[in-house]
Amino acid sequence: MAEIVLRDVRKSYGKNEVVHGVNLDIATGEFIVILGPSGCGKSTLLRMVAGLETITAGEIEIGGKVVNQMEPRERGCAMVFQNYALYPHMTVAENIGYSLKIAGVSKAKRRARVEEVAGPLGLSEFLDRKPGQLSGGQRQRVAMGRAMIREPRVFLYDEPLSNLDARLRVAMRVEIRKLHQRLGTTTLFVTHDQVEAMTLADRIVVMNKGVVEQVGAPSEIYNRPQSTYVAGFIGSPGLNMVSGTVDPAAGVVRLTDGQELAYDRERWPVVTPGPITAGFRAENVELSNVGLKGSFDFAEELGSARLVHGTVGDQMVVAHVDGQLHFEPGDPIQFKIDPSEVHLFDAASGRRLAGERSPMPARNEAARGLVKA
Amino acid sequence: MVERNPILDTFTHALLIISLIALLIPFWIVFVAASHDFHTVNQVPMPLWPGSHFFENISTAWVQGNFSRVMLNSMIVAVGVTGGKILIASLSAFSIVYFNYRLRTLMFWLIFITLMLPLEVRIVPTYAVAADVLRPYREILNLFGLSIGLPEWNMLNSYSGLILPLIATATGTFLYRQFFLTVPDELTEAAKMDGSGPIRFFLEVLLPLSKTNMAALATIMFVWSWNQYLWPLLIITDQAHYATATMQLQKVVPGPVFGDPPIWNIAMASNLIVLTPPVLVTILLQRWFVRGLISTDK
Ligand SMILES: Nc1ncnc2c1ncn2[C@@H]1O[C@H](COP(=O)(O)OP(=O)(O)OP(=O)(O)O)[C@@H](O)[C@H]1O
Ligand SMILES: [Mg+2]
Repeated sequence: MAEIVLRDVRKSYGKNEVVHGVNLDIATGEFIVILGPSGCGKSTLLRMVAGLETITAGEIEIGGKVVNQMEPRERGCAMVFQNYALYPHMTVAENIGYSLKIAGVSKAKRRARVEEVAGPLGLSEFLDRKPGQLSGGQRQRVAMGRAMIREPRVFLYDEPLSNLDARLRVAMRVEIRKLHQRLGTTTLFVTHDQVEAMTLADRIVVMNKGVVEQVGAPSEIYNRPQSTYVAGFIGSPGLNMVSGTVDPAAGVVRLTDGQELAYDRERWPVVTPGPITAGFRAENVELSNVGLKGSFDFAEELGSARLVHGTVGDQMVVAHVDGQLHFEPGDPIQFKIDPSEVHLFDAASGRRLAGERSPMPARNEAARGLVKA
Repeated sequence: MVERNPILDTFTHALLIISLIALLIPFWIVFVAASHDFHTVNQVPMPLWPGSHFFENISTAWVQGNFSRVMLNSMIVAVGVTGGKILIASLSAFSIVYFNYRLRTLMFWLIFITLMLPLEVRIVPTYAVAADVLRPYREILNLFGLSIGLPEWNMLNSYSGLILPLIATATGTFLYRQFFLTVPDELTEAAKMDGSGPIRFFLEVLLPLSKTNMAALATIMFVWSWNQYLWPLLIITDQAHYATATMQLQKVVPGPVFGDPPIWNIAMASNLIVLTPPVLVTILLQRWFVRGLISTDK
């Protein structure tokens, strides 16, 4: 059953439209991550669901009811903010229990509930402290406790981890995931960090400039990006993309400098000749004495491996290489690219070519055992 | 710029000490004069060390000057004005910062402009209104050709007359507005998500957060209203009941209260009495708001 439905949701500030018609069905218990660069409208979309921002056009439905005109408190959403937004003058217990106090729950009951929520979050010993006396990670957990205590239909997170240091971020990511497994509450999580998105999400919504580019499981987004934008945004590094002219009879893409990049004709049986963008992952590129001729620019050290940046004609190519390297800038090298892993995109629109024939990659949630029968 | 120069250090310290002495000498003289009997205090030169009649003088001054009455009056007025100012200032700033309505900016600037119109400048019209509170409304009604018999309400010789006209405060509104602007929007939104309405948010989040702000405003306003002189003098003719401490002080030397020639020791004792509450309030609240500033209530 769909817990949240967005129907052609739009938002304008004055004449300036920043969310251009978003459609989305979110199932009960699903963990959805909204991913996109700064300023693409992620927060705006989330805040429209929360009721903190009016909806210019379209409809939002939560639990079967259209909520466009409802106050935030009536929508059954709880939100965790980027800077936590804890009440500085209240203790941790008062912060967590504030919504119950407003709802008129008695003091004794409130205390019991607060302790119930604080326990699993590891906050029991801090209940009488003020937020100013807590570390960033603890404040983050208080913010989560404040959201949890209301037993909401929907959790909303707006970049909740971006103020934490790298290690704590990983730890909190795990906690958020565990929390979701324990409570099974439908969750909308906004981030611009693709690693966060890949690790947390049942499904990712990739946004760009106020439109949804692709919705899908993390593995699907990674393996079958639907546009050059998604392809370049997901993965580190993003998909290599080169432009050229496709020759379906030969099964090759002829690059601007005349070299030929082979693709899998079984996978792409119907391609019209003409300009095209071809993409491939750095992991599917080897340095070899066959393949595309280019020159070495520089290498990024990753510890266990290296990313080799080179130029083919006038286009950049990145290869993920395990072995040691002995190249000087400008040295000639050759990139051998696995033809079965070449993706094709329409050169003009940037959309993935239609008519692709390949088995669907295993769905991420199936792999995690999260899909309900 | 921090200079580490012993000569400069000595010089600045000397300057500070001299200024401090210059500031304290008048207080010392008041205190010394209040502690001698009538004959000693009239010697030339006057003694520079305190005598032994301090408490005697204070109690004489207190009784003869009717200070139990006038101090109470002053206290009522100062507390009323301070409380009223804080209430009005915080509420009007709340409205200006948190609500979206037409003419909001205009309202703010109208309030702000009244900074340039202190009581002394508008004292005659203010007196006219105090003498007949509903008169402006009557005039407006007349303008539209309506004659509705509004009742008379006269605030002369009353606490409301002493307090109400002094309550409006552009300074306080401005102070609160600046404070509210620093409160992060996300705090407001968090309260909304928790189900809080505007009044609850104001009372349970904004006011507690503005404690230090409030203490600062209260200190300034208490001292200011305690020292009000012109306005009470103007509207209080029933001095037996409504005289304030500052009004009484004006009469101690040379005056009808203690007699002629001036009885300096009793007059100075009265001075000390009148001076005490604002000094106490300043010391107490100052401590309190410094503590508020130091504790990391982020
Ligand atoms: N109150 C506002 N008035 C006018 N424009 C706004 C307002 N709030 C947001 N915008 C615009 O809407 C667009 C989307 O903003 P939004 O905050 O949703 O971005 P975001 O994807 O959350 O970015 P970030 O990752 O930086 O938080 C931006 O271009 C922003 O300038
Ligand atoms: Mg944002």
